[in-house]
Amino acid sequence: GFNSTFCTSDILQVQLSFPPPRLFDRYRDLAPQLVPLDYTDQPDVRLPYELIGSMPELKDNPFRQRIAEVFSEDGEGNMTLDDFLDMFSVLSEMAPRDLKAYYAFKIYDFNNDDFLCKSDLEKTLNKLTRNELTEDEVRMVCEKVIDEADLDNDGRLSLEDFQHMIVRAPDFLSTFHIRI
Amino acid sequence: MTSLKEEVEEKKKLIATLRNKPWRMKRRLKLLKECQAFVEEFEGALGKGKGRKLYAYKVMMAKKMIKFNRDFDNFKTACIPWERKIKEVESHFGSSVASYFIFLRWMYGLNLVLFAFMFGLVVLPEVMMGLPYGSIPRKTVPRAEQDRAMDISVLLDFGGYCKYSILFYGFYNDERTIGVLQFRLPLSYLLVGLGIFGYSLMVVIRTMARNSDEGGDGGDDGQFTFAFKMFTSWDYLIGNPETADNKYASITTSFKESIVDEQENQKDENIHLRRFLRVLANFLILCSLGGSGFLIYFVVKRSQEFANLDQDELSWFEKNEVEFVMSLLGLVCPPLFETIAELEEYHPRIALKWQLGRIFALFLGNLYTFLFALFDEVNAKLEKEKSIRNATIWGLNEYYSNYSSYHNTTDIPPPDIHPADVIRGPCWETAVGIEFVKLTVSDIQVTYMTILIGDFLRAMIVRFLNYCWCWDLEAGFPSYGEFDISGNVLGLIFNQGMIWMGAFYAPGLVGLNVLRLLTSMYYQCWAVMSCNVPHERVFKASKSNNFYMGLLLLVLFLSLLPVVYTIMTLPPSFDCGPFSGREQMYNVVMETIENDLPAFIGNIFTYATNPGLILPAVLLMVLAIYYLNATSKNYQNANLELKKKMQMARDEEKNRRNNKENTNQVMQDLEDLLPNRSLLPPAAEEEKPPPVLEKGSKSPKVAKRPGAAANGKGVNIQKDVSLAAPNPKAAVTHPPGPRGPSGNARGPPPGPARGRGRGTPPSRR
Repeated sequence: GFNSTFCTSDILQVQLSFPPPRLFDRYRDLAPQLVPLDYTDQPDVRLPYELIGSMPELKDNPFRQRIAEVFSEDGEGNMTLDDFLDMFSVLSEMAPRDLKAYYAFKIYDFNNDDFLCKSDLEKTLNKLTRNELTEDEVRMVCEKVIDEADLDNDGRLSLEDFQHMIVRAPDFLSTFHIRI
Repeated sequence: MTSLKEEVEEKKKLIATLRNKPWRMKRRLKLLKECQAFVEEFEGALGKGKGRKLYAYKVMMAKKMIKFNRDFDNFKTACIPWERKIKEVESHFGSSVASYFIFLRWMYGLNLVLFAFMFGLVVLPEVMMGLPYGSIPRKTVPRAEQDRAMDISVLLDFGGYCKYSILFYGFYNDERTIGVLQFRLPLSYLLVGLGIFGYSLMVVIRTMARNSDEGGDGGDDGQFTFAFKMFTSWDYLIGNPETADNKYASITTSFKESIVDEQENQKDENIHLRRFLRVLANFLILCSLGGSGFLIYFVVKRSQEFANLDQDELSWFEKNEVEFVMSLLGLVCPPLFETIAELEEYHPRIALKWQLGRIFALFLGNLYTFLFALFDEVNAKLEKEKSIRNATIWGLNEYYSNYSSYHNTTDIPPPDIHPADVIRGPCWETAVGIEFVKLTVSDIQVTYMTILIGDFLRAMIVRFLNYCWCWDLEAGFPSYGEFDISGNVLGLIFNQGMIWMGAFYAPGLVGLNVLRLLTSMYYQCWAVMSCNVPHERVFKASKSNNFYMGLLLLVLFLSLLPVVYTIMTLPPSFDCGPFSGREQMYNVVMETIENDLPAFIGNIFTYATNPGLILPAVLLMVLAIYYLNATSKNYQNANLELKKKMQMARDEEKNRRNNKENTNQVMQDLEDLLPNRSLLPPAAEEEKPPPVLEKGSKSPKVAKRPGAAANGKGVNIQKDVSLAAPNPKAAVTHPPGPRGPSGNARGPPPGPARGRGRGTPPSRR
């Protein structure tokens, strides 16, 4: 069961109010031989990306690799329990919109330069359509997106541009949501 | 001291907002521990002297309260039923199908509360404190019917013992107070009957307000079309490969459509032809609605004639003509409307709204015809009742006069007749209640049968006959069914309308509905998971379900009208129900005010119902509505102005950076027209026209955007009905690549194979 031996995440879960035991069990179920039951001495256990990416909630998501990379400490997709909790906390229903927008921005920023440049958008689009669109079409769509959302006119989307656009999206909260 | 207190407050605020900060878990935990330690250490130190213990106690209680609230919230979340089931449906079928089940669950909650009211305040007191079965005439099966009262066929028709039970209005006694607690049952009955409407109204409007708040954030739909498509089209809830495939395909199609729309210039469309076609389509549909209305009227009239004939001479068809015709219309008309609507060439989302509106009109026609037929029946019963009542009074007078003349006394005991032998009036309220219950039951049966046959049987046939059939049943006709969201939602809404109407006459109806919704949830979840496939165009549900809530509200008002009318105008039966013997049903309120409440409240009511007071109150409310409306319009205009300003600022900025090349085609043409370039006005002047013209050229562009209403002035339909994925204008004639060779013909268009309108067939009297 879930009891006081599990202090750190206990505190945080109480703060973040999502159900504690199931999440830790899900984490542990991915690799029971690696994850100890007792977390009091804060063991440094990291699950490799392959295990995370094979979770049923993520395996069909085209952005699962980026999601794992963004939330993992080492930036490679290998997640500790804290990263795991972080990820599902942000993606849950309870997370505030601005927080989700921040992380969505980071997920779509493939080259990690804090801007959504043309190549980032192209990669996003190709992942979304599984490379179905022609090059011209891809180029056109990315130009349109920058045209629509770029406020400071530097040819790429900064975090402010992205947030300004995404708070007006009626579906953002309902689609950027994983239930676990 | 104050600075310490400020610091403590600051740390507390930090703890509260910690969740919003986009930091790593470790950092958050560290900060949390620091803050908590700090707060604990210094909070106690702030209280001094005598107040210290009290302060510490208060702090401890506050903490306990917070913890308790948190636990309670967790508990409440864990109590929400069917969460896992809905999640499963959601991951397979997308959020739009799941939205139906969420709506069903919401309805279940509403009905549970209504049932609690009805049961706790009306049924339970009568059962526990009222007279038992068989003690008075209204609670006893009449002698003539007694030998058939237990027959299954009679019970299934809600006659016999069913009719004289707590399920229906007629059972309830009209004693002003009952039992030890002096419970005023007639008053309770009336108030609960009206309170059901009041509570439902409150809940629906509250949900609508909450929904519109979340959905209202959305700005211009045309402003960020591509950006939204790129960043919000993938539904992260999808956890199933088949659904994911469909989603990829739908996203690709949606992008392609938008690209085509963006690339094409003003289409060379013939506005006149389109308008003519739309008028023609509406005319055709009005004709068919009128035709169906007339057909229903004709059939109902015929059935009235049939009712006068001997029942045994009629064939089955003639006996059930009305239901047959209603069901037929419900099956035939919706596809007919869809076919005619193709003339109109609307945007699919708008077309869907029109379609729903038309089916709604059809259902309404059914409903009101049923009601008028019922009214005829009620009036006939009222006539009959008058004669029986006169006969009973005459009989009683005879008995009294005979008795007094025979025994020569004036102290006459009441006649000693067994309750089963007393002559009964027709009790129209119970008859109405029975009609509604029969209608609900038949609706349940039709729904469940349709699912069984239309989905389950079809899936079995497709699966098993596929081995020995000439063409591929799974890919071509008939293939597996898709879940018909709009048909099911409309069915649910109309069913609820029935319940609202019938609850006053049949208190047991609400309980029946609760059972029905419960079984529906499990049954439909099972059916969806085992017999249906995800939609070809997986559409995302908008968070604001306000369109369906709006329909529900409309149905609520429509079902309120008949009930209020009957309470106000029709006299209650003289020998059954809680209002028997009174002139009007609402007299029970007057009686309560006179007898039970102190005198001054009676005075207050007399003043309050004075027209001189009511008219000014109504006037005041009208003025308030006008004022609020005007204010909200002003805010909307101010919003639009601000948006335009922002847009202008953006364009100016862009222009400033691109000031070397003139991107404005109009300005380019003007420049070319100028005879001599050296005569160009100086650059400063040239800067001024572009912003104005930019704005001017921007608006037609906005108007051209597919599906967006021009200027935001027109009805912004998109947000309300965002059922379909945006923009598929023309039929997708070829599927995107990896869908397989037979993807072209997926059989009939992805509409429901079975009739979308399961018309509510009224049962015949």
